[in-house]
Amino acid sequence: MYAYDEIDRTLVNERVSEFRDQVKRRLSGELTEDEFKILRLQNGVYLQLHAYMFRVAIPYGTLASNQLRALAHVARKYDRGYGHFTTRQNIQFNWIKLAELPDALADLAEVGIHAMQTSGNNMRNVTSDQWAGVAPGEIEDPRIWSELIRQHTTLHPEFSFLPRKFKIAITASDHDRAAIKIHDIGLRLIKNEKGETGFEVLVGGGLGRTPFIAKTIKHFVHGRDILSYIEAILRVYNQYGRRDNIYKARIKILVHELGIEKFSREVEEEWQHIRNSSLQIDDEVIEDIRSRFTYPAYEKLPHNPDELRQAAADPDFEAWRKNSVAPHKNPGYSIVTISLKPIGAPPGDATAEQMDALADLADKYSFGEIRVGHEQNLALPHVAKRDLPGLWKALDKLGLATPNVNLITDIIACPGLDYCSLANARSIPIAQELTRRFANHELANLIGRLHINISGCINACGHHHVGHIGILGVEKNGEEVYQITIGGRADESAALGNLIGPGVKFDEVADVVEDIVEAYLALRERPEELFMDTVKRLGVEPFKERVYATR
Amino acid sequence: MPLVNGGKIADDSFVKLAVDTPLPESGDVLVPAERFIGEVDTLLKRAGKVGVIWPNNRDIAELVPYLGKIAVVALVFPTFRDGRAYSQARLLRERYNYRGELRATGQVLRDQFVFMLRAGFDSFEVKKQADAEAFMQTAKRYSVFYQPTGDGRITALHRRMQLRHSEGVGT
Repeated sequence: MYAYDEIDRTLVNERVSEFRDQVKRRLSGELTEDEFKILRLQNGVYLQLHAYMFRVAIPYGTLASNQLRALAHVARKYDRGYGHFTTRQNIQFNWIKLAELPDALADLAEVGIHAMQTSGNNMRNVTSDQWAGVAPGEIEDPRIWSELIRQHTTLHPEFSFLPRKFKIAITASDHDRAAIKIHDIGLRLIKNEKGETGFEVLVGGGLGRTPFIAKTIKHFVHGRDILSYIEAILRVYNQYGRRDNIYKARIKILVHELGIEKFSREVEEEWQHIRNSSLQIDDEVIEDIRSRFTYPAYEKLPHNPDELRQAAADPDFEAWRKNSVAPHKNPGYSIVTISLKPIGAPPGDATAEQMDALADLADKYSFGEIRVGHEQNLALPHVAKRDLPGLWKALDKLGLATPNVNLITDIIACPGLDYCSLANARSIPIAQELTRRFANHELANLIGRLHINISGCINACGHHHVGHIGILGVEKNGEEVYQITIGGRADESAALGNLIGPGVKFDEVADVVEDIVEAYLALRERPEELFMDTVKRLGVEPFKERVYATR
Repeated sequence: MPLVNGGKIADDSFVKLAVDTPLPESGDVLVPAERFIGEVDTLLKRAGKVGVIWPNNRDIAELVPYLGKIAVVALVFPTFRDGRAYSQARLLRERYNYRGELRATGQVLRDQFVFMLRAGFDSFEVKKQADAEAFMQTAKRYSVFYQPTGDGRITALHRRMQLRHSEGVGT
């Protein structure tokens, strides 16, 4: 955990009082809605279909139990008793009242949580691997660097009014859980031959109307230079990114129009001017940030304790353990993913009661720490293996032990037309129907790893382009129509999915997905061949033939 | 539109000239970039100070040869969501060492003051009277800054280092 010091606390409090003044000026009419819009967006406040929506940052997906309780408190006191975890390590509250927002922010500030730059055309919440610091084989904890970048990008005087939003993600593992290739800047933490820490820097990834997979702009930038290098990219983007058309304003379009070679030359030239400046980071600064991350005092525990062996007799426990429990860098411990995808419910939602109870479980079993992943699930990062049976029982009581992590019902979906003013089609009801179709755990297990991602409009908040099966809702002649792609993925081998055929109506989506899955089960060479591998081997055609043969 | 200069509302001695307004014989003038470049010799010879209004989509490096001779560079915020002039301002101050008046014009509201001060602006054509009057109070809204810029304010990272070292003394 990163512990705020007096300096961080002061800044967050100053931000809250500034926003309080801005809300007051809006309510008195001193600020027009047009002027206020940008200010509220900088604080994570959107105007949605029914109410204001409030998006709170969970930097690099790390939460302390008291912070999760504060989120539960906001859900209960200022909203309707629940929150929605997003694909970018944020939580959203959908029914907030404008006049109460400054109080909600002040309550969150008490535990070191803020909503700065969770929307608007600025540098958004820095995201990372939800298993950071505990994943086996990780190069080093990417959160140290995430925090450094979080600070540097917070209220940046030059880059708070960019052409468009700007997202940075960091990973330090071979397996990319942070989806860095679909970010404006993706950072892959690596070591050079001398053993020094640095980053492969990728740029220009993003989904939305014109999706791109990020390209490598530099193979190694030394850790001490990472802020100046990011600053150089942003300075080029701030000056030359398009501002004439909102759909062409992301950095991916600039990179695409200039070409990565020309873009990287521009960045390089800018960087040479600023790399030997006060942006250079001393080891001492890094050590200072590192020193404010606390790590649990792990005990030396058996990796296969009696408790675990005894519980193995219970098939429900075993199903959950095999699905939701992952290896930890310390063999006596595990990382436990908590599915927020119960059958028939909106993906990523948690009630205030669940959040409070999870905070208690984190205190009891996970050194008070909770993680949030881009798949809209939570995790307890340090659970002793002997505690797994006890934890499972407690989670099950809370409705939080659905053993469907990474399976077909572990769906990523945006809020869609049920909440969002941009949406053209519903997302949540599609997800709910799909979870009912594949509710049988044996069936879901037989299918194996398969990610379905659903967006209710072209803005792609549900990451449909990179779903193994992607579903995009659009509006056609006043009707919701869904375009379906297969073969996308968001990890280290990120790829965009390919359209499988003509769009289908709302009622047909689940049938089509069932047909795709049936085709896969028939086409796979052996049970271990995952859906995405079958699609890679065979392409779209055989799926298309089978799915559309009877349509 | 009130001008804030040196932290308070001040008179503006500069007259803004359009591309084709006849040049007055004396007095301080602010002229558009293209006219400035075109008539630079005439402009610099006359009595009175000269400033230039530089658009946010034109390379600020073009202005470098003249920086020692001009009194004001006015950068433009066509809307307050268009932040290109922040980069121009920092380049002028931090790369080209411009020390004259750096003026923010266009849609300038109190909510940008801190960002603008940090980027190097020191005068502001403020859209609303109430915002101009609130300048000093608003400029002090923040006491913590995470990024180093040319304004010399100490950053959070360095303040921490100082605290560390001062705590280290005597232990």
